Amino acid sequence: MTTESPLGRFLRTDPRDVGCDEAWDLIHVYAELVAAGVDPEQRFPGVTAHLASCGPCADDFSGLLHGLQAISGPSPEGLTDS
Amino acid sequence: MDAESRAWVDGLTASGPDHDDAVARLHALMLRMSRTEASRRTGWHGIRGPELDDLAQQAADDATVSILRKVRSFRGESRFTTWACAFAIHEVAGKFGRHAWRRDGVRLDEGSWDDVPERLGVGPESVAESRDLLAALRSAVETQLTPHQRTVFVALVVDGIALDVLVAELGSNRNAIYKTMFDARRKLRLHLETHGYLDRSERP
Repeated sequence: MTTESPLGRFLRTDPRDVGCDEAWDLIHVYAELVAAGVDPEQRFPGVTAHLASCGPCADDFSGLLHGLQAISGPSPEGLTDS
Repeated sequence: MDAESRAWVDGLTASGPDHDDAVARLHALMLRMSRTEASRRTGWHGIRGPELDDLAQQAADDATVSILRKVRSFRGESRFTTWACAFAIHEVAGKFGRHAWRRDGVRLDEGSWDDVPERLGVGPESVAESRDLLAALRSAVETQLTPHQRTVFVALVVDGIALDVLVAELGSNRNAIYKTMFDARRKLRLHLETHGYLDRSERP
């Protein structure tokens, strides 16, 4: 098995890649699977493929996970009674 | 839909004081999320301090408006707060890109192909053996891509412009630029495989 060059990897595209818009439409469900320790690739292979290839979306996803963790727990902003 | 998410949706689609209270709580949540995300990005394109907080505030405002417009489409596939926080992240990313573009502008066609190996993660020890491949890539960029694909490829890979900044420069959106780049990468890879610069077996 040969190791692919970085250039070859960069040019490689995954036909399952759903693109930025569709990935972001599903990212809230995807994020909760990740946060729950469930591998999201089985349910959302196209989102996984996209995040592996799109740096900005992957960075946004990291930000979402980071932010959700930061705001988790009891919060004065939480809406529990309405 | 879980009870807390239902409470959010009911409040935001209500009228009167219940609505106003829910909107205030939503905006507070968006501001907290936007500030957290903006802080995580501190230093990106030199953005920090008061301009960072201004961008977070703007992102929270716009995320709140977007959510109010779309709240009836929320189907409860996740917690409401998770769904909503994704709007804040999306707004912060866009605000950072547009802010960097407005403040610094972009300089297209001023990059150097000499910087491409490092940008693509080719280590110094591998630059020499990648020389032929890089020359073939450069030639393919000139001959195989459409003018728009070439503009986007050169801006992102040769000039090193951040994708969200290029989006602002071209008046486009992230999905469209990504799709252009996706098609360009696929076309270039196929060309380089056909001419023996990349192994076809390396394809997924």
